[in-house]
Amino acid sequence: MKQMLSALSFFLLVCSWPAKAVLDVEITQGTEDALPIAIVPFNWTGAPVAGGTEIQPGMKWAEVISSDLLRSGRFAPVAEKDLLSRPQSAENLDFKTWRVGGIDHLVIGSVSAAGVNQYTVQFQLFDVLKGEQLLGYSFTTSSLRRTAHHISDLIYQQLTGQKGAFNTRVAYVTVSRELGTASYKLEVSDADGYNPVTILTSTQPIMSPSWSPDGSQLAYVSFENKRAQIFTQVLATEQRTPLSAFKGLNGAPVWSPDGKQLAMTLSKDGNPDIYVLNLQNKALTRITRHWGIDTEPAWMPDSKTLVFTSNRSGKPQLYRFTQAGQRPQRLTFEGEYNASAEISKDGLKMAFVYKDKSGFKIASMDLETGIMDVLTDGPLDESPSFAPNGSMILYAEGQRGALAAVSFDGRFKQRLVARDGEVREPSWSPFTK
Amino acid sequence: MRNYLFILLAAVLLAGCPAQPPKGDDAVTKKDTTTTSTADSAGDKDAVQTGKLDGADKTNSTALTGGDQPYRKDAIHDANSPLSQQVIYFDFNASAIKSEYRDLITWHGRYLASNQDMKIRLEGHTDERGSREYNVALGDRRAQSVKRMLMFQGATKKQIEVISYGEEKPVGLEHTEAAWAKNRRVQLVYGAM
Repeated sequence: MKQMLSALSFFLLVCSWPAKAVLDVEITQGTEDALPIAIVPFNWTGAPVAGGTEIQPGMKWAEVISSDLLRSGRFAPVAEKDLLSRPQSAENLDFKTWRVGGIDHLVIGSVSAAGVNQYTVQFQLFDVLKGEQLLGYSFTTSSLRRTAHHISDLIYQQLTGQKGAFNTRVAYVTVSRELGTASYKLEVSDADGYNPVTILTSTQPIMSPSWSPDGSQLAYVSFENKRAQIFTQVLATEQRTPLSAFKGLNGAPVWSPDGKQLAMTLSKDGNPDIYVLNLQNKALTRITRHWGIDTEPAWMPDSKTLVFTSNRSGKPQLYRFTQAGQRPQRLTFEGEYNASAEISKDGLKMAFVYKDKSGFKIASMDLETGIMDVLTDGPLDESPSFAPNGSMILYAEGQRGALAAVSFDGRFKQRLVARDGEVREPSWSPFTK
Repeated sequence: MRNYLFILLAAVLLAGCPAQPPKGDDAVTKKDTTTTSTADSAGDKDAVQTGKLDGADKTNSTALTGGDQPYRKDAIHDANSPLSQQVIYFDFNASAIKSEYRDLITWHGRYLASNQDMKIRLEGHTDERGSREYNVALGDRRAQSVKRMLMFQGATKKQIEVISYGEEKPVGLEHTEAAWAKNRRVQLVYGAM
């Protein structure tokens, strides 16, 4: 029965895919303490101004905001059909009804035309229990989805105290195979899977996308010339710069948080080792010197300390390198495979790939206490990437060729289903202005 | 004749451990064992005996494993030659050459030493388990292991190119041990200089 249900829900999911979303979200594990919130469909007031349209834009504001808040795992938005009423202004709010209905917070809003492809959006957030307004904003905008995500960010920050990450983007690699030929694509979409843009298409593998800290560029590995090369690409202009094409490996590019350096793995001196390229003067500094494999560098917030994967102990484990001449400090001791670290922006947590008897899973470690948590079930999970606010970790489920996300405490899980082919190597963008 | 024998001996001494002719299914993958192994064993015997008894064609001085001219240029395309076997398989998370592939790599090394106008690209691959960039490094280590053995037999640096694709180019797409075993490999891709 359970299986039938999930098959059915999958079917519904497939059939209800919105035209412009490449990924759709399926909540696989919810939490009980999510905040109940009601977002009333925004009222179209028409009210044409000179050159303005009288036609309501197709986007449903309340739906976009509800699904943002749902995906965060911190909120339980009421489904539109279950709304008790649809108040359109603060004057006729009956807080008592909402209170009885178990709703803690209420959002209402309205949209009107402000010019050619310009709209004015207003929204208010109310505390139902206290019967008072917590937020009230008015925007004039032409990018509707961005503004809706911005509203989600404001609500999220007001109610959780943490900065929202809805107005961000995700880079990932897709692979589709047809008649033995593979097609690799590097794509960037909004964090909710909408507006996917193909950045690069190739018949040869594309790997390891990494965002510049200002969100304007991606670094990645491309095998388009039948060898591994690192490129950077400016998203707005499509300007590509080949950055490294040394003999041997050129892999795992990662931008330093200060934006001035790029850490990478090269094997030009014989073994896979970590190097840092100064992006201003192009000086290349070798960081590790070991006959084993050293790869997958990750930066600490100081833009000096690096965490990396090494098999110097015989099996892949994670190490922290502070400065030249000092022995790297081993961070992981549990299990025989710990790799592919990513550090949260505040430097407090590390997400990585951990293997136990039942497979490869995403784990996190508190870097102060060294306490480790296994967050996912495997069996082929990889490529963890923190949301810029540290609330979620995006990763790839190799078994399904899909992306998934888990809250940093492992309590809330969701799967992002691709429209076609296989999706892998997600990389969550930094906050963008 | 004497010349030939001397070179043959020298080759054996230099190599340290002479490559044994393929017997049964330990040297070649299971698929084409029967045909290749019988043909090669017979051929190998001939070569050794001819060398001892008769003044064979002196131009054919590299000798050892099979047929009249085991390292002739087109041997890599001959289904009866062990040189047509061009994939080396590995254990999980390991880059050590398994004993059953030592002879095969030795023969490829001697082939390259005898055909300096040939080049080879060693493509390292892994199965899909574990992290992607670590797997690229692991694929590189596998290809480097093969490269070292080829060079030990006289292949030159110039002839060998190494590339690792990690887990990016699997031959088996299933998430099974059988597919993983097929994917943990180094492919030997020959080409002209």
